[in-house]
Amino acid sequence: MSNPNPVSGSPDKEPATESQAAQNAVGNTDRAATTATAPKRPEEQPRPSLGRLFLDNLWAANTVTVTVLALVLAMVIGAILIIVSDPEVLATYSYITARPGDAINASWTVVSEAYANLFKGAVFDPQASGFTATLSPISETLTYTAPLVFTGLAVALAFRGGLFNIGAQGQATIGVILAAVAGFALPLPPVLHLLVALIAGAAGGALWGFVPGILKARTGAHEVIITIMLNYVAVYFLSWIIVQNGVQNPTRSDAISKPVETSAQLPRLLGDNLRVHAGILLAVLATWAIAWLLTRSTIGFELRAVGANPDAARTAGISVTRAYVLIMVISGLLAGLGGANMVLGSTANALTPQVVAQIGFDGILVALLGRLKPWGVLLAALLFGALQAGGNRMQSYSGISLELVTVLQALIVIFIAAPALVKAIFQLRAARAARLQTSLAKGW
Amino acid sequence: MEPGEIHALLGENGAGKSTLMNVLYGLYQPDEGEILVDGKPLKLKGPSDAIAAGIGMVHQHFMLVPVFTVAENVMLGAEQVKGGIAGFLDRRRARREVAEVSERYNLRVDPDGVIEDLPVGIQQRVEIVKALTRDVDLLILDEPTAVLTPQETEELLTVMRSLKAAGKSIVFITHKLGEVKAIADRITVIRRGKTVGTASPTASRDELAALMVGRSVRLTVDKQPATPGRPVLEVAGLVVDDDRQIRAVDGVDLTVHAGEVLGVAGVQGNGQTELIEAIMGLRPTLAGTVTLDGQPVHGWPTKKVLRAGVGYVPEDRSVDGLVKEFSVAENLVLDIYDRPPFGRGLALKPDAIAKSARERIEQFDVRTSSANAEVGTLSGGNQQKVIVARELSRPLKLFIAAQPTRGVDVGSIEFIHSQVIRERDVGTAVMVVSSELDEVIGLADRIAVMYRGRIIGIVGPDTPREEIGLLMAGITPDTADARATPATATDGPAGEPGGTAAPAPEGPGNEDEA
Repeated sequence: MSNPNPVSGSPDKEPATESQAAQNAVGNTDRAATTATAPKRPEEQPRPSLGRLFLDNLWAANTVTVTVLALVLAMVIGAILIIVSDPEVLATYSYITARPGDAINASWTVVSEAYANLFKGAVFDPQASGFTATLSPISETLTYTAPLVFTGLAVALAFRGGLFNIGAQGQATIGVILAAVAGFALPLPPVLHLLVALIAGAAGGALWGFVPGILKARTGAHEVIITIMLNYVAVYFLSWIIVQNGVQNPTRSDAISKPVETSAQLPRLLGDNLRVHAGILLAVLATWAIAWLLTRSTIGFELRAVGANPDAARTAGISVTRAYVLIMVISGLLAGLGGANMVLGSTANALTPQVVAQIGFDGILVALLGRLKPWGVLLAALLFGALQAGGNRMQSYSGISLELVTVLQALIVIFIAAPALVKAIFQLRAARAARLQTSLAKGW
Repeated sequence: MEPGEIHALLGENGAGKSTLMNVLYGLYQPDEGEILVDGKPLKLKGPSDAIAAGIGMVHQHFMLVPVFTVAENVMLGAEQVKGGIAGFLDRRRARREVAEVSERYNLRVDPDGVIEDLPVGIQQRVEIVKALTRDVDLLILDEPTAVLTPQETEELLTVMRSLKAAGKSIVFITHKLGEVKAIADRITVIRRGKTVGTASPTASRDELAALMVGRSVRLTVDKQPATPGRPVLEVAGLVVDDDRQIRAVDGVDLTVHAGEVLGVAGVQGNGQTELIEAIMGLRPTLAGTVTLDGQPVHGWPTKKVLRAGVGYVPEDRSVDGLVKEFSVAENLVLDIYDRPPFGRGLALKPDAIAKSARERIEQFDVRTSSANAEVGTLSGGNQQKVIVARELSRPLKLFIAAQPTRGVDVGSIEFIHSQVIRERDVGTAVMVVSSELDEVIGLADRIAVMYRGRIIGIVGPDTPREEIGLLMAGITPDTADARATPATATDGPAGEPGGTAAPAPEGPGNEDEA
C-alpha cells in the first residue's frame, strides 16, 4: 500500500513537513487540497487505481476525516454522559447481568431520543406540518449561527496574522452597546438607522481591537493579556451603562435598557414567526469578504506574511506595526458586528448584562474548528448554531440539560485540537506526518 | 570508522548526509540495512541508545536551550541530582564537569554564560563539550562550519585535531572542500543517497567538487575587470547600535560605484550586519548619512529604500529572507506584491504572480516541484536562489548581498556568483558582505575590511590573503610590520595569536574573542 505522505528524512527537511502540516491545518478550505498535494510529491510509487487512491486518502489523516471523526467521538462520549446522568437508565444497569436487554434498551431509547430531538431542533422535524413549523429548526440554527460567524472570523483572522485575539468577547460587548445605543437613541429613517447602528457596532468593536493592536505594535505588550483585561473592562462597562439614565428602560426596575427601535432592527427573512434575520446574510457576505481579503488582497498578503514570519515581512518592507494594528482593528470590527447582531436581530432587542452570551469565547472554538479558514469558520459556526438550536429542543423534549450541548462543543474542539488522539483511536495512517497540526498560532 | 580518525562525509545539500547521520544517532529508524559498532550490529531506538553506544552528535541547528547557562545545557538530559528523593540539581558538579572537559580538550567556555548571549562559535563549542561529557568515542559534526567565521572554523579544526589525538573518531559532514582537505583522513562522497566514491584528502578540489555534483564545476568566478561609474551609494560617518544598544557601527565611510562590486570582509560580529541593516532602513541610524544617487535615504522606511532601487539579500534566509509557509510564487513577490503588475490598489493579481514565478523559476534554475510548493520544502541552495531571483527581477541601482552563499551547495554557489557579476556588468552598484574570505576575494573589485565597527582598510582584490586576514584581525600593515611576527604571516586570519593583543582602534569589546 502506498503511503501518500512519506515521512521525509533529514532534519533539513523537517520544517517542510511541519510547515506542510501547519498548512494543512491553516491553509485552505477546500477538501481536495490536502489530498491533492499528496500525489504531487516527487517520490511517488507506481500509481494505484483511482478508487484505491480515493479510499486511501479518505482514511488518511486529512483534516476533513479528523473533523468528522472528532464529531463522532464527541457524540459517543455525549451518549455515555446522557446514560450516566439519567437515574432511571442507570437503575437498569444495577441488574445488567440478569437482564442485559433492559439496560441496552433503556440506554438506546434515551440516547436516540435525545439525539433525535437535537436533530429535529436543528435541522428538520419530519412530524412538523406547515411552513413555519417545517422551517423553524433551520431558522433557529441560522439565528444562532450568524453572530458566531462574525466572532469566529474575528479570531481566525487574528490567528492568521499571528495574533491570539482572546478579546472577541469584549469587542462584541462594546459593539453591542454602541449598536443598541444607536438603535434607540437616534431618530433616523428605517434603512439608514439600521446601517448607522451596524456601523456603530463595528466601530465599537474596532476601537476595542485597536487598543491591544496599538499597544502590541508600539510597546510589545502581549495581546493575550491586554485583550483578556479589556474583556473585563467591557463587561463591567456594559453592566454600568445599562442602569444609567437615558439608557435604562424607564418602565423597568431591573437592569435592562430601552428597546432598539424597529427601524434599526435587522429585517426578518421568513416572516414574523420565524426568527431568522438578515444577520446571516451579512455573515455570509463577511465570510466572502474575509476570504477575499486573506487570499486575494495586498492587505491579506501582508497580514499572512506578518503572521508567518514577521522578520521576513519587515525585511521585505512590510510594516509589521501597521499590520498588527490593522489586524486587530479588522478583527475587532468583525467581533463588534457579531455583537450588533445580538441586539439588532431577533435574539434580543435591548441591552441586558447577558446580551452577548458567550459569542466571543465560542468564536475562538469556531475559529479553531473551522481551521482558521473563512469558509471553514462559516461551516463550524453552522455546526455550533445547530447544536445550540437543537440543544434547546433536547432540553424541553428529552429533559436533557442544555449544558450537554456545551460539553459536546467542548469535546469536539478537544478532539480537533488533539488530532493525534483521534488518529490513534481510529488507527488512521500518516498520523506522524500530520502530528504538528496543532501549532495554530505562533508562540502559543 | 577507525579510532582516532576524522572521516569527512561530503555531499551537496539534500544528498542524504544528515539523514544518514540521524539514523546513526538513533533519531530516525533505518528502513533496511544495519549499523555495526565494534563489529556488532546495533539497534538504536533513540538518541539515548546512541549515547550509550558512545556516539555523540552536534547538530547543524544547535539543540540548546537559549535561556539556560552553559552548565545547565550540558547537564540537560543527564541531570545529576543530590539530596536523594528531593532531587536537587547538582549544578556545582555540572559546572565542574564543564570546566574539566574544556580544560582537557582546550575548549574554552564559561560554564555560567547564558547561551543566548554567546556567539555561534561558542555555542557550538558548548555542543561539543556536551557531547564529550557523555564520554563518546564517535562524534558526529553535522555541517559544523556552516555558521562559523574563518577564525572560528580554524579553531574548530584545531579542536578536532586535539580530539583526534585523544583517540576520538569524528564524522565531519560538510560541503566545504577546503576544510575537508585540511583535516580529513578519509573522504566519502555522497550523492542522492548513495556513496559515489571515496577519496583521499590529496585529491584536488576540482576532483572532489566534480564527484559531489556529478559534473565538473568552476570554483573560481569568471569576470572581466570592472568599469566603475558614478558613485551610487555613499555612506558617511554612520553610527549604529546593535540590539543591545551597544555601538556596532562606529563612523563608517563607504562609497560604492555603479558597475563595481565592493566586498565587505570581516569576522562576523564586527558591525557588517548592522551596517547593511542601517542602509536598508531596518535599524535606526544614530549619526551620519547614507545617500543613494545623491539622495539622502537614512531614516527612510525599508519599503521606500527598496522602492528606490535597492535589492537586498539578507544574511539569514530562513529568518529574514523567506516566509517558509508561503509558496515559491508568493515569496518571489514578497517585496513587490503591491506594485503593478502583481497588485493594484487592494487587489492581488494571482495570474501575474504565477506567470512571473514560472519565468523566474526557469531563469534562475530554481529546482522546485511547482511554483505553488512551499518554499520550506526546497533545499537551502534553491531557497537562496528564490531570494536572489526576487531581488534581481526588478531594475536596481544598488544590490546588497549579505552572506549570499552561506549554507548553499557548490552548484548553486557557482550560479549565484555568476548572477552577482551579471548584475554588476549591467551597471548596478553591488555590495557583497561575506565572512568567507574566498568569496569576497573572488567577487569583489575592491575589498573593505571591517573591524570593530569601522572600516580598517580598503584594498584591491589582488591583495594577498594574509594581509586581508591581518586586517580582519585588526592589524593594519604598519602595526604588523612593527611587530613582524613570522608565525602569523603564513597562517592567514585564523589562529592569529596576536589578534587580541594587537593595538586595536577604540571600540566596543568584540565578543568573538571571548
